[in-house]
Amino acid sequence: MAVMDYVRERFMPHIWCPGCGHGTIMNNLVRAIESLGLKKSEIVMVTGIGCSSRISGYLDFHTLHTIHGRALAFATGVKLARPELTLIVPMGDGDALAIGGNHFLHAARRNIDITAIIMNNSIYGMTGGQFSPLSGYGKTATTAPYGNIYESFDIVQLAKAAGASFVGRTTTYHVTSMMEMIEEAIRHKGFSVVEILTQCPTYFGRKNKVGDAVDMLNYYKDHTVPIGSDKKKENPALIERGVFVREERAEYCEEYEKTVKRAEKGG
Amino acid sequence: MGDHLIFVQGNEACVEAALYAGLGFFAGYPITPSTEIAELLSLRLPQRGGKFIQMEDEIASMCAIIGASLTGLKSMTATSGPGFSLKQEAIGYAIMTEVPCVVVSVMRGGPSTGLPTKVSQGDVMQARWGTHGDHAVIALTASNHQDLFAITVEAFNLAETYRTPVILLFDEVIGHMREKLIVPEPGEIPLVQRLRTSVREGTDYHPYLPREDGRLPMSDFGGVHRYNVTGLMHDMWGFPTDNPQVAYGLMRHLFDKIEGHVTEIARMKEFFLDDAETVLISYGSAARSALHVVENRRARGERMGLLELQTLWPFPSGAVRERCNQAKFVVVVEMNMGQILLEVKKAVDDPERVFLANRIDGTFISPTDIRNILRVIQGKGV
Ligand SMILES: Cc1ncc(C[n+]2csc(CCOP(=O)(O)OP(=O)(O)O)c2C)c(N)n1
Ligand code: SF4
Repeated sequence: MAVMDYVRERFMPHIWCPGCGHGTIMNNLVRAIESLGLKKSEIVMVTGIGCSSRISGYLDFHTLHTIHGRALAFATGVKLARPELTLIVPMGDGDALAIGGNHFLHAARRNIDITAIIMNNSIYGMTGGQFSPLSGYGKTATTAPYGNIYESFDIVQLAKAAGASFVGRTTTYHVTSMMEMIEEAIRHKGFSVVEILTQCPTYFGRKNKVGDAVDMLNYYKDHTVPIGSDKKKENPALIERGVFVREERAEYCEEYEKTVKRAEKGG
Repeated sequence: MGDHLIFVQGNEACVEAALYAGLGFFAGYPITPSTEIAELLSLRLPQRGGKFIQMEDEIASMCAIIGASLTGLKSMTATSGPGFSLKQEAIGYAIMTEVPCVVVSVMRGGPSTGLPTKVSQGDVMQARWGTHGDHAVIALTASNHQDLFAITVEAFNLAETYRTPVILLFDEVIGHMREKLIVPEPGEIPLVQRLRTSVREGTDYHPYLPREDGRLPMSDFGGVHRYNVTGLMHDMWGFPTDNPQVAYGLMRHLFDKIEGHVTEIARMKEFFLDDAETVLISYGSAARSALHVVENRRARGERMGLLELQTLWPFPSGAVRERCNQAKFVVVVEMNMGQILLEVKKAVDDPERVFLANRIDGTFISPTDIRNILRVIQGKGV
């Protein structure tokens, strides 16, 4: 199947700005699904609210566009009700880790078989450029005109500590590894987190004077390194990419099935 | 029959009824005075292969039951006070996306953490207007366990019929009080199953195109039809739009499907109303005291009657007006500052005749409380 076979043409063109990284992620997500040989009807995509969350409307899966920050909670309901379905939850960094932070932690702790894709553009795109929990110290945003005074979350560390059994990070520059990582994350049984650094030229780019989309992509190229690279030792500010966690651990829906067996015996 | 007679709390009766109605999925978060519902369902649901999940908070619980209901399972959550506040945004989402579900709220004293273990009926207006934006909603209540059972089954039936969240607004006294319950035989209370689409796989299915009667046949989410669900204003495919005509059509549909069926949705009980000069209007546990007063007064020959509301929303204004038009006094008995009082005043021809008998201090309103207030209203002095 071609990429367009997964797209709902009726709802094109999309709302994303020229140069926005969200389109690149959509493209590679679809390629990953195609490469896995999954049928469109096996996939449920759940999103919250944000530019990133609009991805669900454009794709021809079972799509649930919900409320800000709560996509994982809706997805948990769908997954527990129908464990045979493949759940994919793309989220913005604000959606996933500000308003939705607690749901993220608990979904990871449950190790429920859902693939969370965090489209991290370090800003609130949809509402016009306010700082997010991933903006970074000193960055400028419409609500941080004098510079952001928060440190960022480290999504990888957070996911790991909360119990996610697959955790990876990549960028919109590294499209091949992005596709492979998403593929592996979907195949992985348990809660999988893929953080994708993605450019929002319209707000993050402009507010922080980091150039256009191409400049931002080049930034990802120059400021990220594969896990364990020597360069990181020389320059600790570089961001590592790759798969950080890959573990086999009890999955929530399977554990629940065991509970049912115990209850049926006792009841 | 003997086997089916049990002596239980209201919260347990609610669980029995939900299981009778075919509950397949429950998500919740503990809060007094509704916690027993979650505890009991964690025991009972797995025994029949149903799904129980304790979520990280009430918001997540509400979201989870919407997701589960979309896939075809009858779904419910239960909460109280602060938890009911947290659920409001997602309740609005279920209204907008027309997802059947049942939300139990066992009322306690508020606002805020208030009186966690004490009774109140302070969330009646919150059930009506708790979520933002214009909308219609169904909220039901009951005053004893036998009724609570029937009304809980009814909540599932109405949720499936109208594709909307139905709020079961019980109160702490009902939730925790123990009394007998005769569990009906299977089939004794009819169950409504979800209307499912007959559109075949591969044919264009319009998830949000109402039939002529306003009903929307569903397709189990994750099944043969792939479609979009969104809380944004949407067209018949479930796709976002800001077209004023489509927005108007959807707003009217969401409103009319409920407000246009007030009579079908209205459940109420009447006691001695035929010739009543004083009409008490009450609901939930307060109606128990109201009935006690009415029965006593009748025995003494006073023309007093009780209208017990079981459907609070949509408010059955027509029926209330009709039952009150002969009365000299209408007295609304409730445990809040007069939330249903306002609706009754709006409904009747002469609002000056409508009075409030209430208690707001977390203490159950007793027959004596009502009698004392009646004496003032009826001009017999204090
Ligand atoms: C409860 C609630 N609060 C706030 C908003 C407004 N809002 C919409 S999207 C958004 C943030 C979007 O940022 P992010 O999640 O990072 O996604 P992006 O748009 O950058 O892709 C906010 C604050 C909302 N819709 N709902
Ligand atoms: S505002 Fe930013 S995130 Fe949103 S579509 Fe535009 S570039 Fe993308």
